[in-house]
Amino acid sequence: MDTIFFLILRRMRAPLLTLIVVYAVAMAGLALITAQDAAGQPTTMSLFHAFYFVSYMSTTIGFGELPNAFTDAQRLWVSISVFFTVAVWIYAVGNLIALLQDAALQKAIAELSFRNRVRRLTQPFYLVCGYGQTGGALVRGLTDRHLQAVVIDVDPERISVLQLDNQREFVPALCADARGPQMLRAAGLNHPLCQGVVALTNVNEANLKIAIASKLLHPRIKVICRADSHETEANMASFGTDHIYDPFDTFALYIAVAIQAPCQTLLVDWLSGYGGDVLSEPKYPPSRGRWIICGYGRFGKAMYKHLKEQGFELSVIEAAPHKTGIPPEGVVHGRGTEAVTLEQAEIGRTVGLVAGTDHDADNLSIIMTALSLNSDLFVIARENHIQNQELFDRVGAHAIMNPSTIIAHRIRVRLVTPLLADFTNLARFQDESWAGVLVSRIIALVDERKPYVWEVTVDRTQAFALCDADQRGRPVTLGTLLRDPRDRDRQLLAIPLLLIRNDERFLLPDLDDRIHEEDRLLFCGREEARWHMDWGLRNLHALGYVATGESRREGAVWRWIAAWQRSR
Amino acid sequence: MNPEKVVFGFFIVLALTLNFGFFVGDIDNPDHHHAWELFAVVVVNMIATVLKFGDRTQMGAVLLATSLVAMLQLLAASLVWTLAVHATDIGMTPSVMASIVSLSGGAMIANVVSVTLLVIETVMLRR
Repeated sequence: MDTIFFLILRRMRAPLLTLIVVYAVAMAGLALITAQDAAGQPTTMSLFHAFYFVSYMSTTIGFGELPNAFTDAQRLWVSISVFFTVAVWIYAVGNLIALLQDAALQKAIAELSFRNRVRRLTQPFYLVCGYGQTGGALVRGLTDRHLQAVVIDVDPERISVLQLDNQREFVPALCADARGPQMLRAAGLNHPLCQGVVALTNVNEANLKIAIASKLLHPRIKVICRADSHETEANMASFGTDHIYDPFDTFALYIAVAIQAPCQTLLVDWLSGYGGDVLSEPKYPPSRGRWIICGYGRFGKAMYKHLKEQGFELSVIEAAPHKTGIPPEGVVHGRGTEAVTLEQAEIGRTVGLVAGTDHDADNLSIIMTALSLNSDLFVIARENHIQNQELFDRVGAHAIMNPSTIIAHRIRVRLVTPLLADFTNLARFQDESWAGVLVSRIIALVDERKPYVWEVTVDRTQAFALCDADQRGRPVTLGTLLRDPRDRDRQLLAIPLLLIRNDERFLLPDLDDRIHEEDRLLFCGREEARWHMDWGLRNLHALGYVATGESRREGAVWRWIAAWQRSR
Repeated sequence: MNPEKVVFGFFIVLALTLNFGFFVGDIDNPDHHHAWELFAVVVVNMIATVLKFGDRTQMGAVLLATSLVAMLQLLAASLVWTLAVHATDIGMTPSVMASIVSLSGGAMIANVVSVTLLVIETVMLRR
């Protein structure tokens, strides 16, 4: 890309050379011709005055005949050279400005400044390829938690959108094709602080290329990909892509879990949502009965597989079964938008409906028709475009599947609070009543708002005071940490969810557990509880107070005053 | 034969010869150093500098650097001359002349380096 700078410099040669030569000739002529002084005596014009005159002559500023009135010989020379100097000036300056506005040069300059910005990043960051619906939502989620992101997208319009989006952190962005390894390198793939690459473009092949390039150029880096087909997914997994998200499969699995364990699903929903949002209502998908799946595409197949595993009786409606394949039960031919097709699939004795075609208008129409035929249906809608959000909210669907939102959501949780993924996996093995108890504890804690979830790593930077106490042999219990540093008799509004010690996981750790260096903790609760807890973690005096209840006067003067008071 | 090299060789050698012409003579005697010679040196050096714009080779970069050094010295010399004669009441004294000539002497060294590099490049090419 440096080539462009050399090319521009090379193209500047001709205008600059003509400018120099024409100036030199005009100056030489003026200085050679006999001039007159104020009294009319013959003299010569100095080179300095000649330069001065030519400068304002060529730019057509024209201050007049300076320093003295010209002789006719000088005027003759000026009237010849004015045409050349003015023409050359316009040519040269016009050319230079045109060169600076060259699109290729502008692009090269933008890339250079992007490279420099990325190189100067001092915080750990994630490289996000693709700033569509998914990328946008993910970058927002990351920056809201003060994590840095670097964005590459091939569409200049999306980069402009990013600049308009009001992100909390500065996000360096470049309009480039992320399939080129050069671009990935420019965006900081080899930067020591690069935490991972997230490939979220809407082209499977591009995501695949990004994953391969990242794994080859930086084998130890974490690569997270979106894959819309099983072949791509298998291909990505074959060379060690760390996390692959297929929106359809992810959602189908989510529904399957929700059917079995609604309370647990609600718990995970709350914990992985944005802290501060309104609490969502639990969903109770019917656990017995007959389901209709409209559309047997990628989403329809994923839903079919997971619902079949639950032992449901299924009926599939598909407009083009020769293209999509036919399930063992056979297929009702049609789009499902007409009452006839739905009746044919026996909508009357059905408990659940999946409107899963890749056409939003069809999905809305299916839901409206189906609900008019059977108003007790549990409806799952596939929303292909985020613009239709409002329509889907009104149509009465119980669960809405938006591929971009699901992926962004999952990846955000994975990057911001990796321990939450561990927690979710452990929670799967607990029963519903366990989840129910935890849900009611959370409700008591946060009233009506989703809890804020955060991680604490007990190390010297994040928890200096705690490490110090641990080293002095006075380890602090979890219960102590949950005391309010302003008044130790009050509890902070937070629940410890998970404790990781030497790769051992403790779900809902006991408050009497002692905390040691290198432990990792996951909490949920009010956001302000986190900031109060940080006092105890980092400040020696605050920790001393919550641990013992004593608030000693520190500092030479205060100690002296205290000693004096005691002696009285 | 590369016409680009001929043109650059011509201008850089011309810059050196003109500069030498201006430089010789008593260092502080204004009669030995003419303004026109300095004017010619500045113009020819400018052309030589611009000719090296956008040269990606290592040698091109070094030649651009030496030409820029010469330009800097020569512009300083012309500035001293203009300031002494036109902008202040000092006039063309021997000490002013001496500083102008020593500045141009510095530029001449840069020109000598340029020409030497050019010769080295030519010799290397022949092998």
